[in-house]
Amino acid sequence: MNRILPVLTILLAIIAIWYAASVWMNAPWQTRLNERADLANVPFTEFVAQTWAQDKPVLPSPHQVAGEIWNATIALEPTSKRSLAYHGWITLSATLLGFAFGTSLGVLLAVAIIHNDASDRSLMPWIIASQTVPIVAVAPMLVVGLNAVGLTGLVPKALISMYLSFFPVVVGMVKGLRSPEGIQLDLLRTYDATPWQAFWKLRWPAAMPFLFASMKVGIAISLIGAIVAELSNTAGGGLGVRLLTGSVNGQTVQIWAALFIAAGLAAVLVAVVGRAEHMVNRRMGVRA
Amino acid sequence: MEASSLGLTFPAGDGDIVALSDVNLTIDKGEFVSFIGPSGCGKTTFLRAIADLEKPTSGTLTVNGQTPENARKDRAYGYVFQAAALYPWRTIEDNVALPLEIMGYGSADRAERVRRTLALVNLSGFEKKYPWQLSGGMQQRASIARALSFDADLLLMDEPFGALDEIVRDHLNSELLKLWARTEKTICFVTHSIPEAVYLSTKIVVMSPRPGRVTDVIVSTLPRERPLDIRETPEFLEIAARVRDGLRAGHSYEEVV
Repeated sequence: MNRILPVLTILLAIIAIWYAASVWMNAPWQTRLNERADLANVPFTEFVAQTWAQDKPVLPSPHQVAGEIWNATIALEPTSKRSLAYHGWITLSATLLGFAFGTSLGVLLAVAIIHNDASDRSLMPWIIASQTVPIVAVAPMLVVGLNAVGLTGLVPKALISMYLSFFPVVVGMVKGLRSPEGIQLDLLRTYDATPWQAFWKLRWPAAMPFLFASMKVGIAISLIGAIVAELSNTAGGGLGVRLLTGSVNGQTVQIWAALFIAAGLAAVLVAVVGRAEHMVNRRMGVRA
Repeated sequence: MEASSLGLTFPAGDGDIVALSDVNLTIDKGEFVSFIGPSGCGKTTFLRAIADLEKPTSGTLTVNGQTPENARKDRAYGYVFQAAALYPWRTIEDNVALPLEIMGYGSADRAERVRRTLALVNLSGFEKKYPWQLSGGMQQRASIARALSFDADLLLMDEPFGALDEIVRDHLNSELLKLWARTEKTICFVTHSIPEAVYLSTKIVVMSPRPGRVTDVIVSTLPRERPLDIRETPEFLEIAARVRDGLRAGHSYEEVV
């Protein structure tokens, strides 16, 4: 109970501020609408209700967004092109594939970097430079370019996700694989252990906490990568497309609904990685 | 183990650091040799040179009649570090089995050796525990078991009880003597405690810093059987006084700015 109470309090506060903000932000437009309709002296309570029920509000009220989420998921067939479950699944599959690519690439690069001084010096600057390029600029070129060589659908989107998500994994795993102390490595040297043995018996298990911390960041930005990639290929569907069409048509309620679905998806994905971490920790005897 | 005019210099930006200079020493099989001196006297460096963790820059050093590198590849010694350095994700038995896994012992042989060495350090019953569930003294005992598990003749110990409190240390010292008597191993033991060195050793090597060198080698006249209260006998105090004199002769007590 003493954990739920603060969370609920904050949630209620956010919803209250949101309702107030949507009155404030939608008020100018509502005033003009009422003037056009020659409605004078609208009572305040009715005016508030009007601002919460606009068709294309500047800031939709929470119940409008909740209603849209309900209508676009539970109330619709999941195969419908208007269903957020349908679009969410498209985004999720690109996210997961990209995350798998990105994590594998990140681990491989980290292994190369820690075992080879030359690759440390030659790879790391490029890896860092890759992340300074704005992804919204890279994504369309990649999607269009891959389309030209016949690669369409899921893979180009997953590649954008990979482009973002490998980075925290490289950085975390380089640190993690280098985390064993000097005496741990000296100990293996006294056993005349091979580098291969040192990797699997010491470096890899020692890097686990770093891997999971990186993967939590990685899976969240994989989702962002997938959404950005979808903006470049509106025919393919996905939450990104819903965001785009919503903003083109001024459908703010639709935008907010898609945003919440995306945020919820990210939360679930991070929680799944956290759960996996917990299971690995238990197997590794980490103090609870 | 034999060292003659052994020297080891670490290169440093502002002039090289001479960690060891002209060290001559012979250690016979079955001896318990302590290296004592203030920090910076090269005692740990000497131990690490025996273990082929540092390369001497001059002189010769042989372990079991071969180079330290070949001795290491032969798995001629077990090394116990200042910290227990157990893997936190392995249980005690799996930690002790680590060198055996690396050296390719079969699983039945491994289990038998783990059981035997854990019994040797009085840790039977703690096989399935993780390191954090054990006290500092028990962790260090587990690390000694790990060094013993593959039956090397030589045991190199670098201030293994330095981080433990005196009561635990006394207890482990007498345990170590019993262990030494039972296993008949050669032990090289680095310490900065005079009573510990005198209590344990058949030979005490007194070292002093800048440059790191041997100032005295004292052969103990104490009997091999040593109860803890031997430390109050005149003979014990006499040897301790000699060690102290040796340290003083090496200017080890002088304040260095």
